[in-house]
Amino acid sequence: MNTEAQTLVESWDNNRLAMLFFLLSEGTFFAFLIIAYVYYHSVSNTGVMAAKVLDPLKTGVYTIFLLSSSFTVWRAEKCLRRGSQRAFKGWLLVTIVLGAVFLFGQGSEYLHLYGQDVTISRDIFGTSFFTLTGFHSLHVLLGLIALSVIFVLALQGEFAQQHSSAVETVALYWHFVDWVWVVIFSVIYLWTVF
Amino acid sequence: MSDIPFPGTGEALPLETQQEETAGLLGWVSSVDHKRIGIMYLLAALIYFGAGGIEALLMRIQLAKPVNSFLSPGAFDQIFTMHGTTMIFLVAMPVLTGLANYLIPLMIGASDVAFPRLNALSLWLLVFGGVLLYFSFIAGGAPAAGWFNYAPLSEKAYSTTQGVDYYSLGLLITGIGSVVAAINLIVTIIKYRAPGLTIKRLPLFVWMVLVTQILIILALPALNASLVMILIDRTLNAHFFQAVSGGSAVLWQHYFWAFGHPEVYIVILPAFGMISEVIPVFSRKPIYGYEYVAASTVAIGVLSFLVWAHHMFAVGLGHSVDSMFAISSLLIAVPTGVKIFNWIATMWHGSIRFTTAMLFATGFLVVFTIGGLSGVSLAIFPVDWQVTDTYYLVAHLHYVLFGGTVFGIFAGLYYWFPKMSGRMLDEKLGKWHFWTMLIGFNMTFFVMHLLGLMGMTRRVYTYPNYPGWGMLNMISTIGAVVMGISSLIFIWNIVVSLRQGEPAGDNPWEAWSLEWATTSPPPVHNFDRIPPIRSRRPLWDLAHPENPDWKNEH
Repeated sequence: MNTEAQTLVESWDNNRLAMLFFLLSEGTFFAFLIIAYVYYHSVSNTGVMAAKVLDPLKTGVYTIFLLSSSFTVWRAEKCLRRGSQRAFKGWLLVTIVLGAVFLFGQGSEYLHLYGQDVTISRDIFGTSFFTLTGFHSLHVLLGLIALSVIFVLALQGEFAQQHSSAVETVALYWHFVDWVWVVIFSVIYLWTVF
Repeated sequence: MSDIPFPGTGEALPLETQQEETAGLLGWVSSVDHKRIGIMYLLAALIYFGAGGIEALLMRIQLAKPVNSFLSPGAFDQIFTMHGTTMIFLVAMPVLTGLANYLIPLMIGASDVAFPRLNALSLWLLVFGGVLLYFSFIAGGAPAAGWFNYAPLSEKAYSTTQGVDYYSLGLLITGIGSVVAAINLIVTIIKYRAPGLTIKRLPLFVWMVLVTQILIILALPALNASLVMILIDRTLNAHFFQAVSGGSAVLWQHYFWAFGHPEVYIVILPAFGMISEVIPVFSRKPIYGYEYVAASTVAIGVLSFLVWAHHMFAVGLGHSVDSMFAISSLLIAVPTGVKIFNWIATMWHGSIRFTTAMLFATGFLVVFTIGGLSGVSLAIFPVDWQVTDTYYLVAHLHYVLFGGTVFGIFAGLYYWFPKMSGRMLDEKLGKWHFWTMLIGFNMTFFVMHLLGLMGMTRRVYTYPNYPGWGMLNMISTIGAVVMGISSLIFIWNIVVSLRQGEPAGDNPWEAWSLEWATTSPPPVHNFDRIPPIRSRRPLWDLAHPENPDWKNEH
């Protein structure tokens, strides 16, 4: 490790550093589920089924909600650092709403697919699709819970200082959840179009 | 920072560092102190070691003579599956995590790990994950598809009991515990080093634990993903590994070994680290080629992710794939060989003290090298095709995992037990332990090379009465019994020494790393004072002010 990289790593506080390594681990976990999806796409031709039942446009719209929440949580952090508590809480709330809208989108897509008898046990497409997106949704849900805890604490005036390790750590997690979705969306949905 | 006085200068402690631990069982199970958690890891591993050892003996009794009927085929399958799973996940990993837990904060001059409560969480995840795995015995039958749980055998159609479900859930829980512990240790090593303890001065055990934890956070997710997929297949009737409905059983093998091979290094690297601490101290010389030992660890860590398909030579992946993995597997022998030569060069011209710890370290060098050489032969895939799934492989893996990891752990336990308990382990019993273990080990496993070359297949509950097979198997079984007795001597040694062992003092081995600068056992807060760290051997510098290491460094 050269000294520059060393000081960079050491300048992070414990919580963010732990989150960074946790996300490295989580990223590897998702990589294996994504590789499995891609693998079955090529050897078992699941792309045909994906193209038939998925709606990239609709999910694309929900994707925009999720990705903008990465921007809003970044704004929330900025405002906290500037000391504007009202704006901090506001952006936090917007982030939670955007994430919840995405989750609602996922839920309605699952219901729609279920109505067409596309399930996890029907075929290998369903198996790999629901496992991958299901685990992602689980991560979004956990992120929403964490953000809500932060929001409630913020309402109680917990983050009076301009720096909070908890806020930064949860924000880091939330960015991860968003950017993993970029890969998943590309592999599952954009692949049906291109 | 370098003028912090050495412990024992008589100054009173600041009040906030004078804390007491709760006594009794409650004090232990509710503890978040890294030393107590480390010891509880070791105790849990010892109990599981007993279970895994009994399973090994049951197998050896069944195989003692041809066409034996001591165990039914079904019971034999459960026993060998549980033996492998137990020894890897509930013994090797927790012993190493336990020792790392106990030692890392002490070796880097910290008062605890970065996240003490998370530390307790990882311990209890391990304990209860193991309990869940063993619960399968009374819940209809233990898993019986081997420790690597190959699909489609592990699918519902072929493994009809809930054994594989317990296997998956149990290992998911212990796996999460491992990742949590790894993150904790990484942050601790990055953030909690004492002033002056730069990355180039870290004790080699700390170096190797650090690389191991990085392997854990990158390799365990492969296992966790596989376990999740097989669970979904089994409980939700999905199709990941079912070839009939478009799934792929070979993918299980790829995923499992993408975890499984780094795992081999996860359980051997910390043992390398212990050997790297023990050999210099008992040769009275600094380690030869510190940088090379550290760098070869990183090389092993990187290469360990590129060799997984050498477990799959018999699958038929094609010549070019097999060749690639043969080359990478041969390559990984190089950094391992570098270490062996460093250790030998450290011993060369040293004034060696053959304590029990040093005996185990020396024994490690010999038996691990034999295991390494049979590993090199297995990397040549035509050889692998000939001996795949025979006892030759069983011999190889036990030479590296028992001869390597377990001998390394014994070396480490004899070395650090005085620090943990304040008392020395008995050297006479220790020597009995070492020699019976060495003889029993080689009796048990050396003959397996021959049996394997003669074509005896592993994982079959019995064998026909071919010439010589009965005798060789009987030798192996007797060796296993000797190892069992040897283990009892070790446990007896612990029990006796805890009560009436010789008091250890702070630094019984005249060692040089920071853990020996505090009392044995250390106080809750570990250190009253930390000696100045201006080289890799701070306690040497302290004891030899006329000739400190830092004067000789360039």
